[in-house]
Amino acid sequence: MSLKLKNAKRIEGLDKNVWIEFTKLAADPSVVNLGQGLPDISPPNYVKEELSKVAAIDSLNQYTRGFGHPSLVKALSCLYEKFYQNRIDPDKEILVTVGAYGSLFNAIQGLIDEGDEVIVIVPFYDCYEPMVRMAGATPVFIPLRSKPVDGKKWSSSDWTLDPQELASKFNSKTKAIILNTPHNPLGKVFTSSELQVIADLCIKYDALCISDEVYEWLVYTGNKHLKIATFPGMWERTVTIGSAGKTFSVTGWKLGWSIGPKHLIKHLQTVQQNSVYTCATPLQEALAQAFWIDIKRMDDPECYFNSLPKELEVKRDRMVRLLESVGLTPIVPDGGYFIIADVSLLDADLSDMKDSSEPYDYKFVKWMTKNKKLSAIPVSAFCNAETKSQFEKFVRFCFIKKDSTLDAAEAIIKAWKRQAS
Amino acid sequence: MLNQYTKAFGYPPLTKILASFFGKFLGQEIDPLKNVLVTVGAYGALFTAFQALVDEGDEVIIIEPFFDCYEPMTLMAGGRPVFVSLKPCPTQDGELDSSSNWQLDPTELASKFTSRTKALILNTPNNPLGKVFSRAELELVASLCQQHDVVCITDEVYQWLVYDGYQHISIASLPGMWERTLTIGSAGKTFSVTGWKVGWVLGPDSLLKHLRTVHQNSVYHCPTQGQAAVAQSLEREQMLFGQPSSYFAQLPQAIQHNRDHMIRSLQSVGLRPVIPQGSYFLITDISDFKSKMPDLPGAADEPYDRRFVKWMIKNKGLVAIPVSVFYSVPHQKLFDHYIRFCFMKDESTLQAMDQKLQMWKDELRP
Repeated sequence: MSLKLKNAKRIEGLDKNVWIEFTKLAADPSVVNLGQGLPDISPPNYVKEELSKVAAIDSLNQYTRGFGHPSLVKALSCLYEKFYQNRIDPDKEILVTVGAYGSLFNAIQGLIDEGDEVIVIVPFYDCYEPMVRMAGATPVFIPLRSKPVDGKKWSSSDWTLDPQELASKFNSKTKAIILNTPHNPLGKVFTSSELQVIADLCIKYDALCISDEVYEWLVYTGNKHLKIATFPGMWERTVTIGSAGKTFSVTGWKLGWSIGPKHLIKHLQTVQQNSVYTCATPLQEALAQAFWIDIKRMDDPECYFNSLPKELEVKRDRMVRLLESVGLTPIVPDGGYFIIADVSLLDADLSDMKDSSEPYDYKFVKWMTKNKKLSAIPVSAFCNAETKSQFEKFVRFCFIKKDSTLDAAEAIIKAWKRQAS
Repeated sequence: MLNQYTKAFGYPPLTKILASFFGKFLGQEIDPLKNVLVTVGAYGALFTAFQALVDEGDEVIIIEPFFDCYEPMTLMAGGRPVFVSLKPCPTQDGELDSSSNWQLDPTELASKFTSRTKALILNTPNNPLGKVFSRAELELVASLCQQHDVVCITDEVYQWLVYDGYQHISIASLPGMWERTLTIGSAGKTFSVTGWKVGWVLGPDSLLKHLRTVHQNSVYHCPTQGQAAVAQSLEREQMLFGQPSSYFAQLPQAIQHNRDHMIRSLQSVGLRPVIPQGSYFLITDISDFKSKMPDLPGAADEPYDRRFVKWMIKNKGLVAIPVSVFYSVPHQKLFDHYIRFCFMKDESTLQAMDQKLQMWKDELRP
C-alpha cells in the first residue's frame, strides 16, 4: 500500500463515531429504539405540504443564494428579531447551513485557529470535541456537577458548573466556549445567573461564545429559554445556532442557521463558500413558508413552537414514571427531548459483556439492547476520556417518540420489573 | 420517515443504485457502503476530498482553466496549487477553434510533478472550456499519477453532456487507477436540479474512509428526500439506459441544439466561439475586440476580459463570465481574451440573446 495515499493530519484520530456503532446495534427491527435523537412522530402537515408544493416550481429546483435563500433568511430575521434587542440583517447576520451540525462546523472552522483553546462543558454533544481538534485547537473540559438531592426529584437544574472551576479554565489562549442550552443529553436549561457567569468570563477574557440552541423551543413548565447573545456585551461575541430539524421535527431536512454580528458571520460565510457553497433550495423555500405560518400565530396554542413542548412534556413525565418504576433513577430534564437515568442501582448482570475495557454504560446499553430489546445511548459517549468515569452510570433515552413506541418501551420495562422482583 | 435522518454516508437506496450504475462504467465491483459517499453537491465532495487528503505543504496540480473553487479549497487545506495550462494549438484560417484543440504539453505536465505532489485535480468535461479528455490524454495523466504515487480527484459532473459523438471516459476505469482515484458526480448537473445539492464520490475504501471521517465531522448527514428522489431517478435511468427515452440521451441532444444556435449567433458579431465537446459552457475569443478597442474602462491591472464583460453588460445587455477568473493570477494576462457563455437556457433566453446580438451587429455596420 502506498505511503502517500494517506489522510491529512487534521483528521488523525477523529475517525471513531459513537453513532455509527450504536445505530448499527439498534437497527434490529425488534429493538425499541430510544437511542438516536430522531423523532418518529410526524412533522406538522403544513410543513410537509409546503415541500411538495415547492417541488413543482422549476426555479426552486436550481441554485439559490449561497449564504441562505432570500425568503428563508427574511423569515429567520423576522422571527428572531422578536427575541433580540437589535435588528438582524438577513444578509450579513444570518447564515443558512447544512443542519446545526454544519453551523458548528462553519463556526469552528471560521473562527478557531491552531493552538487556540475552546471550553467544552461535559457532557457534550459528541461532535464538539472532534470539530475543535480538526481545527487544530485544544478542547478544555469542564463537567456539570450535581448537588445532592435529598429525597426530592432529581432535576437537570441540580446539575451546575462551579463558577470558580469555570473561571480557572479561561486564560489568554481561550478563543471560545461552546454552550448548549437546552442541553443534550442532560436537558438542562441554563438560568439567567448561570449565563451571566459565562458571559462575564467571555467578556473578561475577550472570548467568543458559540451557543448551540437547537432545542430552544423545547422547554417545559417553569423554565424559560434565554439567549446569551441578548446579555449586555454578548451580541458582538456570540454565534447562536438553530435547527429546522429540531424546530419542526424534520431532522432529515438538514437545515440550520447561525445568527450573529457581521464581523463574525462573515467568516462562517467564507467557510461556506469554500465548502458546500449553497444549501438545497426546495427545502429552504418550504422551511421559509412553514416559518411564516407559525410566525403569524406565536401566541396561539396551535403554533408548533407552543404545541410541541406541550406534547413532549407529557411524554417526558411518562418516561420519568416508567424509568422510576423499574429502579432506574432519571434526571428530570427541564428541556430538550432526552432524559438520562442512573442505571447503577439496578446492578444488572453484565458478565456476558466481554469487553471489560469499555465504560459501564456502554456495556449496559449493549446488554439492554440484546437482552431487553430496548436501546439507549451511553452518556459517557458524550464525555472526553478523562471524564468518562464520572458519567458512566448514566444512559440517555430519547422521548420524541409516538405513543406506540413508548407503549412498547413500557411493555418491556414492565416485563423487566416483573423479572427483577 | 423520509423527513428524518438517514444513514450518514448516504441514503441506502441511493448508494445502492450509484454502486450498481457506476460499477458498470468504471468496470469495478463497487460496494455501496465502502466505495460510495453522498455529499452536499459535487462542491461538497470536492471539499471533503481536499480536507481528507491534502496536508500543509502538499502540492496539488490544477489544470487551467479550472473551476474556480479548486484553488481556494487547496489553500484552505494548507496545500500549494501548482498550475499547468491547456493551450490551444493554432487553427486553420476561417475554422472555428474546438475544445479538443486545447491540450497539455506532456513534458510540461510531467515537470509539474514533484515528491510533494499529493493530488491532481482533473475536470472532464471541463468547465469553462468544454474539453472532453481523450483516452490518450487520460493515459498520460494516469501514468504520471502512478509514477509519482499521486491521488487523482476527478470532477465529472458534466459526464452526460457530451456532443458530436465524443465519449466521456472516467480515468478511474483505466488500469491501475481505481485504487488512487476519487470520482465525483452531481445529481444537479445530471438531472438539471442544481438546487437539490446532491453529489457523490466513488473510490476505494482506503481513500473513502478518510472522506467519511471529514464528512462525519462536518455535515454528518445529507438531506434525506433529495437523496430518495435522486435514487428513484437513477433507477429509472438505469432501466432506460441506451434507449431514446433516456434523459441521458435526450438532454445532450437538446443542449447540443442550443450550443449550435449560440455558436452561429455569436459569430454574427465577430465573436469567435470555441466549439465545446461537452458541458454546457463555451468560451469565445474576443481578440478582435481587444485589438479594436483595447482601452475599455477598468482598474489599472484589470485583465481585458473583465473590462470587456463589464462594457458588454452595460452597453449590449448581455452577460458572460471573463475566463481569466478560471486562471491562476500569474497566467491571467495570457488568457484575458476569452469570455464564457452558458447555453443551458430555454428557447426564450436564446432568442433574447439573438435580439441583443442583432442590435450589436447593426451597430457594427459601416
